[in-house]
Amino acid sequence: MKKFTKRALGIVLAVSMALTMSACGSKETAQDSGENGSAQTAFKVGGIGPLTGGTAVYGQAVKNAAELAVEEINAAGEVQIEFNYQDDEGDAEKAVNAYNTLKDWDMQMLLGTVTSAPCTAVVEKTFEDNMFQLTPSGSAVESIQHPNAFRVCFSDPNQGIASAQYIGENKVASKVAVIYDSSDVYSSGIYQKFAEEAANQDFEIVEAQAFTADNKTDFTVQLQKAKASGAELVFLPIYYQEAALILTQADQMGYKPMFFGCDGLDGILSVDKFDKNLAEDVMLLTPFAADAQDELTQNFVKNYQEKYGEIPNQFAADAYDGIYAIVEAIKKSGVTPDMDASAICDGMTKAMTEISINGLTGENMTWTEDGEPNKAPKAVVIKDGAYVLR
Amino acid sequence: MGTMSFLSYLINGISLGSVYAIIALGYTMVYGIAKMLNFAHGDVIMIGSYVVLTAMTSYGMNPLLAVGIAVIFCTLLGILIEKLAYKPLRNAGSPLAVLITAIGVSYLLQNIALLIFGANMKSFQSVIGTKQIPLLGGDLLVSMTTIVTILSCVIIMLVLTAFIKRTKAGQAMLAVSEDQGAARLMGINVNGTISLTFAIGSGLAAIAGVLLCSAYPSLTPYTGAMPGIKAFVAAVFGGIGSIPGAFIGGILLGVIEILSKAYISTQLSDAIVFAVLIVVLLVKPTGILGKNIQEKV
Repeated sequence: MKKFTKRALGIVLAVSMALTMSACGSKETAQDSGENGSAQTAFKVGGIGPLTGGTAVYGQAVKNAAELAVEEINAAGEVQIEFNYQDDEGDAEKAVNAYNTLKDWDMQMLLGTVTSAPCTAVVEKTFEDNMFQLTPSGSAVESIQHPNAFRVCFSDPNQGIASAQYIGENKVASKVAVIYDSSDVYSSGIYQKFAEEAANQDFEIVEAQAFTADNKTDFTVQLQKAKASGAELVFLPIYYQEAALILTQADQMGYKPMFFGCDGLDGILSVDKFDKNLAEDVMLLTPFAADAQDELTQNFVKNYQEKYGEIPNQFAADAYDGIYAIVEAIKKSGVTPDMDASAICDGMTKAMTEISINGLTGENMTWTEDGEPNKAPKAVVIKDGAYVLR
Repeated sequence: MGTMSFLSYLINGISLGSVYAIIALGYTMVYGIAKMLNFAHGDVIMIGSYVVLTAMTSYGMNPLLAVGIAVIFCTLLGILIEKLAYKPLRNAGSPLAVLITAIGVSYLLQNIALLIFGANMKSFQSVIGTKQIPLLGGDLLVSMTTIVTILSCVIIMLVLTAFIKRTKAGQAMLAVSEDQGAARLMGINVNGTISLTFAIGSGLAAIAGVLLCSAYPSLTPYTGAMPGIKAFVAAVFGGIGSIPGAFIGGILLGVIEILSKAYISTQLSDAIVFAVLIVVLLVKPTGILGKNIQEKV
């Protein structure tokens, strides 16, 4: 879910660095597994995600919720987990470095990475090493393109399809405008599928306007066109940073349509000094709503709030479910902490398609061999500065 | 497309262009007088915006006072940067040395901001307010921010032009820009004049930052980078070294950008802006108002 590195030079450096780093990484792991390998009682689960940088809101939520889940599981006693979370700043190159750091720590499974572009880079490494990987929120198709990788969240195309179906089936609007980032895989991926699915639904896309990474401060033109097209709803398959600007500029123009977004909008209420009134009535499709009345959600929200002082977002829920899915697959497959990462991966990969868990982000969640989850999406709407189930 | 929407696009373009123009004024002054491209200019804008934000939110100052503090802060910052990073290299032989240093200062400022304020986006509260003014019987809504931005730009341009024409310090700047050696022989304090230029340019940057962030209320350590580059283009467009040139270049750039977004493609607008720049430079290599001063041998 993160933008690609822009500079060609950066990519070249990243690739060459990744190659050299992984080379020394695998050597060290080989030595380490020769030295120890016995008497280990806890699974070493690594986590990777941004703790700094523009997407830090996501990475921090994942870290918090995963640590909360690990505490609960260790207290329950059946499975013991050691959790080590590394910062990648939402950057593909740094994610690979973080992965190598975790391998030096003898990681046996990976919960990560949080954003898409780094996830797509890291999945290549985990596939090479045959390391089990479960990403809570890496939603690009390529993020889990190998058989050893699974995800908790919906993929980008699925978010696009689900959004179109939701708008159509619930008759939210009949004329829809879209503003998306054509330079970002996450955004353009969702838009593409949304447009395809819209053809089957009872609404019309009257305007689709793109912007690019280098030109994302002024949205007056895009908004004006949406306004002129008579759209009742503006679909924003983008990240919350740009969405915050769009909401502000729409307000300045006196344009008040409904706004509808995907998981990228999650986090908009955490933007420093953001006027939450602007986000009033914004809808977003997300598998998690903090105000859901079931016991699991209420306990999670209560514990999370006590520990971290804020209401958990969807990324936190994805990570929490991710840890529980890992534990479920550990039990199912019967892997033990003294096995090496590759043997664990073989067992876990098979077990993932056999388990079913009741999580925060869906009841009876199951996984396909492609690594995609099966669960029903929910729509939430922002009311008085909080997410409310619609 | 109706006339109303055209007018509305035009106003948005002028508003965006005014921000470019104020930034471009800083670029062009420094280039005209010190003959160097201060690539850190965009980042001084970002620092200025953070100062205003901190003053307003953490210390609860009133907006005008906060802007005043930011201007003073950036002025001092500009002088400091010039003294520490550029002055020692002024006679280094190759003009490339200062250019590279300027890029270094730019990264330094970005990373300092990253360290202090973090990379998370902060929403900037408009200093001007979000009032709407309906024109032409309510069909055209113009925000207060737009009006203040355009007005400030015009006022700054006029004041600067008057300053250079009417004051002794301004005349000294003109002299230094034409011939540093001769100016020194005539008893002009060249170093002082260059410092003054940096001070004014950086003070302007603070104002540009406030206007930029009031119009587009998101602030990150990289906020100044892209507008900085666009403003540099605007300065070249209008004829680098020329103050009215920077103004015209900035406004034109903003209008072309918004109109090409509106009528051609929202994705191609940058490409179109730069294509226009290339055409202008092919026809008039010194820019729209640039003077062709011949080097005397």
